[in-house]
Amino acid sequence: MSKQGKMDCGRRNLIVATAAVGGVGAVAALVPFVSSLLPSERAKAAGAPVEVDISKLEPGQMMTVEWRGKPVWIINRTKEMLDTLPKLADQVADPKSEVEQQPAYAKNDTRSVKPEIMVVVGICTHLGCSPSSKFKVGADEGMTADWLGGFLCPCHGSTFDFAGRVFKAKPAPTNLEVPPHVYLADTRIIIGEDKKGA
Amino acid sequence: MAGGTFEKYKSDGSLAGNALEWVDARFPATSLWKGHLSEYYCPKNFNFWYFFGSLALLVLVIQIVTGIFLVMHYKPDAALNASGVPIAFASVEYIMRDVPGGWLIRYMHSTGASAFFIVVYLHMFRGMLYGSYRKPRELTWLFGVGIFLVLMGEAFFGYLLPWGQMSYWGAQVIVNLFGAIPVVGNDLSILIRGDFVVGDATLNRFFSFHVIAFPLVLVGLVAAHVLALHETGSNNPDGIEIKANKDEHGIPRDGIPFHPYYTVKDIVGVVVFLMVFSLVMFFAPEGGGYFLETPNFYPADPLKTPNHIAPVWYFTPYYSILRAIVWNFFGLDAKFWGVVAMGASVVIFAFLPWLDRSPVKSMRYRGPISKVMLTLFVICFFILGYLGTLSPSPTGELVSQVCTLFYFGFFLAMPWWSRMDKFKPVPDRVTMK
Repeated sequence: MSKQGKMDCGRRNLIVATAAVGGVGAVAALVPFVSSLLPSERAKAAGAPVEVDISKLEPGQMMTVEWRGKPVWIINRTKEMLDTLPKLADQVADPKSEVEQQPAYAKNDTRSVKPEIMVVVGICTHLGCSPSSKFKVGADEGMTADWLGGFLCPCHGSTFDFAGRVFKAKPAPTNLEVPPHVYLADTRIIIGEDKKGA
Repeated sequence: MAGGTFEKYKSDGSLAGNALEWVDARFPATSLWKGHLSEYYCPKNFNFWYFFGSLALLVLVIQIVTGIFLVMHYKPDAALNASGVPIAFASVEYIMRDVPGGWLIRYMHSTGASAFFIVVYLHMFRGMLYGSYRKPRELTWLFGVGIFLVLMGEAFFGYLLPWGQMSYWGAQVIVNLFGAIPVVGNDLSILIRGDFVVGDATLNRFFSFHVIAFPLVLVGLVAAHVLALHETGSNNPDGIEIKANKDEHGIPRDGIPFHPYYTVKDIVGVVVFLMVFSLVMFFAPEGGGYFLETPNFYPADPLKTPNHIAPVWYFTPYYSILRAIVWNFFGLDAKFWGVVAMGASVVIFAFLPWLDRSPVKSMRYRGPISKVMLTLFVICFFILGYLGTLSPSPTGELVSQVCTLFYFGFFLAMPWWSRMDKFKPVPDRVTMK
């Protein structure tokens, strides 16, 4: 400032311009750091499909395989298990699977390609815990007396039926996700692909 | 006092004196020593509650020193070793079993984490009890709230590192909470994890935050907290400004130098604290399953969630508040509002200096309303903390909702109840009861 208290506007503008350019530079310098936090190319490529042999999966049994770091359940449902599904239509939140949580070929009453074989991602849609299997009917496994069998999430108590449909008034907002999968043969499934060679 | 000017040291001709004069001409050694220790005047009536600030500093030192040595043996790697155990988990077992003294250093660190929160909660309660956050100490309080927030982040990142079942699923749930934020939530949780699931990328960045980023910020905030405190001078159990009554040398009549009076007093606190600390560390390092949770003795398994997951005890009050919100508002999910309530329950402490409208600072001179409100607040905090360790239940949900309501009511209604309350006249000089 000059002695008379007048401002040197040219100089002040230069100061403002310098500070602004410096500020833009400082913000731009954040870009490489923030982008380094995003999933790496390797992490993005790690979603390779998984092939599963289900020939030893007896009726009533369930197996878990890992796909993209998540558990995928394959359940060989018995007739009794499948019979529970229509009975629960008015107790589950989305009985007709309207929400896009499955490929089009699994948008049916059993949420599966083959009625007895259920393929579903075992991750609760609430906060990502893996539900526990509670297959026994009734109160044997700590469920209520009218329990028909299904899954209970240990974290916040969401319950799911044998088709991974969430019961009403539970924290989980949607049914469990059915991953893309295709049968290579009668007892061989590939998880993570819709059709052979896709 | 701090900020004041002190004369530079004049040598008495001895070698040590010459050395100090040489340093003092180039670095404010005498000024720092006098301003913050030997001529920093504290009220003479500090009681039991005034131990916890210096104890928090002690625990910070314990955590940094033990942390430095743990990093020498710990490996943040989620890959499986030849025996099929994640390398991170195996390296913690290695510290516990094979590194000489490693078990002790690790138990110091894990016990230190819980001890940190115990002393910080008591330190915060002291502030609420005697109105330490009130004018002119608002900035000291705000830096303190910052320390508390960073400490919570530090503890959360640190808990993932052993890569046990509770580490893994706790991080999974907490990171997924960010997914509840509308529009950006899903991308934000991917940005935090660095992957689509909690994995090696998450473990490595949490390690980086835990050992570098957050401790640096924490130490900086602690320095700011102490500097701001030394600028205004300490509060005391009577809530009286001792600077208002100075003698002819400009020294507060009710003040005594921090060193040697309070340094020596704090030694007593340190000894008692370390006795309790050692008892826990040697005889109950798991803290009854509250300091180190049982499922964390199993390596992380992305395919199976433990039957009961709960955060470590120091987060459970906020976790209860999160779970208490079960209603959707304004077309947004209850999950989102739970996250908002949980965040607000921590940040709301920052507003205390402006919410409290009582004419007096200390609880000693306040009326029954303030005493009852603070007592109920503490009770609610304990109930929320206890419920947060339990599995969800309908009764627990209702009780946690009532406590959450009171928790926020305590703060939001404070401008009214603190003004309504009766108060006693505050004496001119501090009392020694």
